Amino acid sequence: MRQDHQKERTFNINFGPQHPAAHGVLRLILELDGEIVERCDPHIGLLHRGTEKLMESKTYLQNLPYFDRLDYVAPMNQEHAWCLAIEKLTATDIPRRASLIRVLYSEMGRILSHLLNVTTQAMDVGALTPPLWGFEEREKLMVFYERACGARLHAAYFRPGGVHQDLPPELIDDIKAWCTEFPSRLDDIDNLLTENRIFKQRNVDIGIVTPEEAEEWAFSGVMVRGSGIEWDLRRTEPYETYDEFDFLIPVGVNGDCYDRFLCRMAEMRESIKIMEQAIDALQMTDGDVLARGKMTPPSRADMKESMEALIHHFKLYTEGFRVPQGEVYACVEAPKGEFGIYLVSDGTNRPYKAKIRAPGFPHLQAMDHLCSGHLLADVSAVLGSLDIVFGEIDR
Amino acid sequence: MMPPPEANCKLVQHLGECKRDAILNIDTSFNETTVTAVASSIVNLIEFLKRDRQCRFTTLIDITAVDYPGRERRFDVIYHFLSMALRQRLRVKVGIREGSAVPSIFDIHASANWFEREVFDMYGIQFSGHPDLRRILTDYGFEGHPLRKDFPLTGFTELRYDEEQKRVVYQPVNLVQEFRQFDFLSPWEGADQIRADRAHENDE
Repeated sequence: MRQDHQKERTFNINFGPQHPAAHGVLRLILELDGEIVERCDPHIGLLHRGTEKLMESKTYLQNLPYFDRLDYVAPMNQEHAWCLAIEKLTATDIPRRASLIRVLYSEMGRILSHLLNVTTQAMDVGALTPPLWGFEEREKLMVFYERACGARLHAAYFRPGGVHQDLPPELIDDIKAWCTEFPSRLDDIDNLLTENRIFKQRNVDIGIVTPEEAEEWAFSGVMVRGSGIEWDLRRTEPYETYDEFDFLIPVGVNGDCYDRFLCRMAEMRESIKIMEQAIDALQMTDGDVLARGKMTPPSRADMKESMEALIHHFKLYTEGFRVPQGEVYACVEAPKGEFGIYLVSDGTNRPYKAKIRAPGFPHLQAMDHLCSGHLLADVSAVLGSLDIVFGEIDR
Repeated sequence: MMPPPEANCKLVQHLGECKRDAILNIDTSFNETTVTAVASSIVNLIEFLKRDRQCRFTTLIDITAVDYPGRERRFDVIYHFLSMALRQRLRVKVGIREGSAVPSIFDIHASANWFEREVFDMYGIQFSGHPDLRRILTDYGFEGHPLRKDFPLTGFTELRYDEEQKRVVYQPVNLVQEFRQFDFLSPWEGADQIRADRAHENDE
């Protein structure tokens, strides 16, 4: 017979903030009944830097590098949303060549992010080889980042009105060569994971999200596509030149962790297709990569000859440019989902208010819902498939 | 990016007809639909937006707020909605006074939970009926609401590891130099200002 002090009670444990499977600084407080999770309370904010507050005191251009530091796995995709918001308020059209370069580098960012996620998710459930192979390819992509803008991670390459500098032709050739060899690397990872018995045991039927739940919890990106909803902003609300390209939107069937993994693998192959088409278009398109005007610097050659250009350059990098009064919401299909900027301008050179809508924030919010009733070991599998990066969640 | 203007028009017309008493103003600048609503009827309106067949705003994208210290209704609480089925977006805006609460929409959209917690954390706006209105992004035991315009950028406190106490301690912020915010008034516009001032003096 059970004594009074032996009464059944739940057991609380801290998962993180220093846990390798927490993908950064996440503290989960798990209420366990044996090995079954009864409640999961994520404590976030350990990486909070006050980005939105800082942005209110800097000019529009000075704010751009903050976006590299949000989702640091795919920096340029974030910059893209900021540029789109400013371009919407100022009604700027960017040159076609700049638009193609943006598409090319956005897709590169998607592969960077998915490679990291897919391979570290495998590591969370016990496979050590995929990250070693995946990171080799990421390294090559970061070299392409570096050759375009001089930085491996914090690019500051997309600028309001276009991109900072043109790509040299050799770089475009090298990216093209990489596009032909990458699918075989992807096949290697495929061979390691897709039909792997342990990987499937850990992921199939874990963390199932129904289409209704996906909408209820404000999911976006792979989190809705894994549940079978065909929703991709590149297709439904095309921005840049995405409507010209031929690509498919992979969707899952069961909405479990395994389907989300398959979606990411398929999306990388689609990204390669887009990159190849963008390169072909890029090789046929000449012209400037910045919409020259108030928002963008004059060319170096102009500055040597024209006093006005020199003054413009100085004023642009001290005072910055002014953005007309108004409020807009601009969003892009970032690798993790819908990344949006709500921007309120009061007509000065600094934003009055900028709200960053990070896709990971609502995803992580659903942890309690997704993990309740699962085993403790599944927490890391679910967390891995949510694709969490704390730079963007904590801001 | 946004749906074509005709669809926008239809939505505006539909909202104007069905929810006239809850809506103060509808704005469609930049091809985005913004509805300014009455705070007391917000739950009703959002319920309608979710259920109505011509709206179907089933995804709550975001909740945020904007601080206008000069206004009588100091805060604007802003909701962004998305309808995946009809491919349309909507922004709902509610003006509230400092100290008054907004009804929580947690019962309609489960995702409002953390969004409302964040707005509470950053602006100190209360959401009545929220099940768990704790701070979310700032530190345990943090005081103040950082995104209010009267909260200084440098904050009030700073952290330091204390060698004697062997732990991290809070202390009042100590700046070697005041934080400087330059006003880059353009010289050309400055000249306009001087001209305007002169004209003003001449009038007098």
